[in-house]
Amino acid sequence: MNTKNRERSDPILKVEDLYVSYGKIAALRGISFEVHKGDIVAMLGANGAGKTTTLNALTGVVPVKSGSISFKGKTINNLPTSKITTMGIVHVPEGRRIFPDLTVGENLRIAAYLYENKDKDLYLERRENVFKLFPRLEKRVNQLGGTLSGGEQQMLAIGRALITGGEILLLDEPSMGLAPMLVKEILNTVKKIAEDGQTIMLVEQNAMLAMDIASYCYVLETGEIVYEGTSDYIRSQKKIAEVYLG
Amino acid sequence: MNTFVQQIINFLQLGSIYALCALSFTMVYGVARLVNFAHGSIFGVSMYVLFFASTYLFNVIESTWLVYVISLVISCIVTSLIALLLERVAYTPLRNAPKVAVVVSSVGAGMVIEYLILNIAGSKALRMPSLIPNIKFDLLGVSVPLYKFMIIIIAIITMVVLNIVIKKTKLGIAMRAVSQDRVAAGFMGIQTSKVVSASFVFGAIIAAVAASLYGTAYSIFAYDVGESIIWWSFIAAVLGGIGSINGAVLGGYIIGAISVLAPIILPVSSYKDIVAFAVLIIVLLVKPTGLLGKKGIEKI
Repeated sequence: MNTKNRERSDPILKVEDLYVSYGKIAALRGISFEVHKGDIVAMLGANGAGKTTTLNALTGVVPVKSGSISFKGKTINNLPTSKITTMGIVHVPEGRRIFPDLTVGENLRIAAYLYENKDKDLYLERRENVFKLFPRLEKRVNQLGGTLSGGEQQMLAIGRALITGGEILLLDEPSMGLAPMLVKEILNTVKKIAEDGQTIMLVEQNAMLAMDIASYCYVLETGEIVYEGTSDYIRSQKKIAEVYLG
Repeated sequence: MNTFVQQIINFLQLGSIYALCALSFTMVYGVARLVNFAHGSIFGVSMYVLFFASTYLFNVIESTWLVYVISLVISCIVTSLIALLLERVAYTPLRNAPKVAVVVSSVGAGMVIEYLILNIAGSKALRMPSLIPNIKFDLLGVSVPLYKFMIIIIAIITMVVLNIVIKKTKLGIAMRAVSQDRVAAGFMGIQTSKVVSASFVFGAIIAAVAASLYGTAYSIFAYDVGESIIWWSFIAAVLGGIGSINGAVLGGYIIGAISVLAPIILPVSSYKDIVAFAVLIIVLLVKPTGLLGKKGIEKI
């Protein structure tokens, strides 16, 4: 998607001048960005740049100091996490945070917490879809989450989010700690999910891989957005790649 | 043979009561990771509600079973409301405070409730009406009162139902999810504060059932009935692994076995406390998480 197209439609997620701090330390210093429907937007940057903090502020895990986060035209600053999930922002956190003492099946079922009673068929349909994307999960359905390998846990975390279902999916470092083969597999799946129309915001240290699947990128450095542009543009700027993306 | 059967029944009866008490105590810890020392007073509240409700109902209803069921339901409701109030007043404001503050707050809240009971109902010991028909029957040549059997059966039913709720229902899975990772539970859309409140209600309901069985077994009680109950529940829960449901049940029956066995073997009956604590210390030395406890659970 080029810049012109981005300006035409209204973004579903619009963040303006967002500040977050941990005590006296400023983690985000006035960042602004947008996510449009159907996009894969990547937030790139080194360790400690504020990528995870950005996602945590979006879903109310850390408090917003100032600025505004608006989702589909409504301000969602500092709402409780469960409320933000209900509105349609689904967060796959850093480190996956699957429930280790629930089985794979229970992890998936609890992801349908919001609608399981009302629409059991929707749950079964989404679960079927997750098993198609990640056939390994189906084989491990009665195994405890904590006994899965890192890659399988990441599949479970993404699968869980797909079952919860939201208009925008936040993915925090899905490649972290995985073997290179698995990283490719996971990111290809992310691409496949996006092709089905899912809007995705991706946070990644592995910038080269992220730019392969993202349409638009923001580059964060110590709490500020220093560059933005299409993946092709960012890639073409050698200086950016050298300085910020390793 | 006679004494043996009698002692087995005594063990099962006492163990069942301890198991339920430990279970009710461990519920809140299991979900919210906070030690609810006010829980003994919650137990006291259910004793008194049960006493007043059943005493009144015996004037208007003839069937003992019916009185038992209705007063138990009333006691469950009142106790749950008090537990929710307790959560709102003594715990919710301290959500982000250090754990020590929450412990102090829970001890204080427990004292407030206990002295409220003292003020309202007086310090005189009361006798719980018989809530289970006074029938005796013959088991292997021993005459056993029906209530002893009912205590065991009601306790076991409660534990089985609780297990099914925790294992199979949506609320049960949500409780386990909140207990394992509260933030991630929020990402699933679970309102974690409501799930924590639910654990207080579960604890209160189990306490009310336990109180009805305790009242049936021992009948005499006073305003401070919850004090010794909370300590034995705490010991049983820690012994089995605090926060673990199966651990609480196991711990309860072990404490029950010690209480029945120690007086037979040892010269002075009060030595049972020494034995119980010795077992607790030895278990914690060998396995600091308790018998069925899991590692990685933050302790206070």
